[in-house]
Amino acid sequence: MVHKISGALTLGAALMLSASAFAQDKRVVTWNADYDPIPLAAAEALIADFEAANPDIDIQMTNFDHEAYKNAIRNFLTANPPDLANWYAANRMRPFVEAGLFADISDVWAENGLTEALASSVPSSTIDGKQYAIPYTYYQWGIYYNRDAYKAAGVEPPGPEGVSWEQFLANCEAFKAAGIDCLTTSSLEQWPVAGIFDYLSLRTNGYQFHSDLAAGKISWTSPEVRAVFDEFAKLQPFVSAGHAAIKWQDAAALLVQGKAANFVMGNFAVGVFKEGGMTNDNLGFMVFPEITPGIPRAEEAPTDTIHLTSGAKNPEDAKKFLAFMASAEAQSKWNAAVGQLPTNKNATVDPADPFLSAGFAALSTATGGIAQFWDRDADAEYAKAGMEGFQQFLVQPDQLEAILERLEQTRLRLYPQ
Amino acid sequence: MAQASHTATIRRTGGRLSQRKIAPWLFLAPGLFMFTVYVLWPIVESVTLSFYDWNGLYNADGAFTGRFVGMGNYAELMRDPAFETSLWNNLKWLVLYMLALPIGLMIAIFLNQSVRGIRLYKSLFFFPFVISQVVVGLMFAWFYAPNFGLFFLLTEWITGKGTAILADPDLVTYGIIAAGLWPQIAYVMILYLTGLNNVAPDQIEAARLDGAKGWRMLWYVVLPQLRPATFIAVIVTVIGALRSFDLVSIMTKGGPFGESRVLSYYMFEMALGEYGFRMGYGAAIAVVLFLIMMVFISGFIWKMWRDETER
Repeated sequence: MVHKISGALTLGAALMLSASAFAQDKRVVTWNADYDPIPLAAAEALIADFEAANPDIDIQMTNFDHEAYKNAIRNFLTANPPDLANWYAANRMRPFVEAGLFADISDVWAENGLTEALASSVPSSTIDGKQYAIPYTYYQWGIYYNRDAYKAAGVEPPGPEGVSWEQFLANCEAFKAAGIDCLTTSSLEQWPVAGIFDYLSLRTNGYQFHSDLAAGKISWTSPEVRAVFDEFAKLQPFVSAGHAAIKWQDAAALLVQGKAANFVMGNFAVGVFKEGGMTNDNLGFMVFPEITPGIPRAEEAPTDTIHLTSGAKNPEDAKKFLAFMASAEAQSKWNAAVGQLPTNKNATVDPADPFLSAGFAALSTATGGIAQFWDRDADAEYAKAGMEGFQQFLVQPDQLEAILERLEQTRLRLYPQ
Repeated sequence: MAQASHTATIRRTGGRLSQRKIAPWLFLAPGLFMFTVYVLWPIVESVTLSFYDWNGLYNADGAFTGRFVGMGNYAELMRDPAFETSLWNNLKWLVLYMLALPIGLMIAIFLNQSVRGIRLYKSLFFFPFVISQVVVGLMFAWFYAPNFGLFFLLTEWITGKGTAILADPDLVTYGIIAAGLWPQIAYVMILYLTGLNNVAPDQIEAARLDGAKGWRMLWYVVLPQLRPATFIAVIVTVIGALRSFDLVSIMTKGGPFGESRVLSYYMFEMALGEYGFRMGYGAAIAVVLFLIMMVFISGFIWKMWRDETER
């Protein structure tokens, strides 16, 4: 059962929900979600499966507009908490956990052997040793490239193993000579630039260092961070000019049109590339090249999660549904419909989708670790300051000293030593 | 007998007096109630909130989770380079927005003639004010857009290298102000057009007989009669400049790296933006913005009060 409403109507719809619940004998579990049409249909299919297996439980989902949800959740968690709510892993859920609004569901993890099945997502679901989230999907980041652009510039397209960093930069020279942007991005929304920085940092200093940097434990003026910006500086001349004024969809258009060759992006962008006319023949994917040799490869894979709220009226049945969402069957089905990767290692991935298969392979062999993405690993305010710094560096690389100095001051203010 | 009727009169006057005292308050009551609930109370709330560090969440029991920090938010504002940028940008907005007055006046005078179809031309000039600021922002964002924007292609054609205004930290604020001026000029124009309707034709005729024309006619005869229109135009322009939020939000989201932020947008970013939810800090910015507006508002109120008492 699904209600589609906008944020302003929440209260009225919630009242209607409780009224309709009254009329039924079934035990009701309420779930607030923020799905776009395709994930919504997939979630409805899962609800139907769950209700067929548990005829005495009725899952009532209230679906919000994706952007409105980010504000709505702050109100409904205190004013009118549902049993279940969608959100994101790692630091993004921390404010709600610290305010006591998300409930501890370590028992669901323990009873269903999830630490084993969801092994790669344990760190991002855990705060202070307790689990607060059920991760049910993630997607890989990496470099998406246009084979036609490679051909036009006379550059050998990367093989399945990707290319070396030196080769990548050499290719960039060739693209520049051919009048093609080697790397496109958007910094109007600042997060795409954070993806580039994350990879440079992960490849230069490894997962643990990057994770400490995001947690405010590392000085921005340290030689290791400077090394990251040294690599960034090599890339900077090849990034599309005007990135600060375009949306990521506009940058995607540059890639589709062959005006740009590479794009560091998440797998959700494949849909946009294909809508623009690209096919599996000319759209390619490779993992970000190795920079410091020998560092275990870490990848970015932001995870979406479901949480039990502290104000849940029916926590028992809600936990049953959470266990269902963690299962391999449910995750295989939902992720196949949406085109993302299941977090359950026993789940299956459609082998006919080259990007999902490549992503699954890249993530399951990422021995370095799985990062959540800059704005989920770092605290919100710190993340924002960082992204502004990355953006400024792309526009004004000569301002590096001022940028690092400012970031360091922000760090010392937010994380007093 | 006479005595009795006398006391009755007094009693009646007393009743009328208190009626006279109560009646205005009764009539004012609905307005005062609204004003208190929707204006005064939020102001007090914002000022109070600005002394707290709060992420906007109540805990599961519904208790406020904020922490009192005294003047901490204001002390941080003083050291915050982003706040300084926003303040300077607000000043640029205030100064450059005033261009709407002379340009609006010029267009109004130009359109203040009777030729065939003048109503159509007037409404075409007024058009930018009718469309939403969001649409204005989108149109100008496309106009400036790198690679396909008309302005970008134009600069590319002239200088050989395209200028992406919204990606240039030095030009971005001017680019947004130009977009904001477009509807603001139309607004000022309409104010002056109605003002021009009320200019006394006999004075114009008298001035013409005395040999006044051109600039002197405008400066000494027309403009003094347009003073009420100018006053309103200044007010709406100042307010428009200070609340310049929508265009910044639509065109650049304050970027690149915060160079086009204004106070109202910075307040939104800090209090309600995706990476914000620092309610106290946002409230502190709101208080500063409120104080700046108060300077202008008090000025306007003082002038209006003076005009009323002089009459």
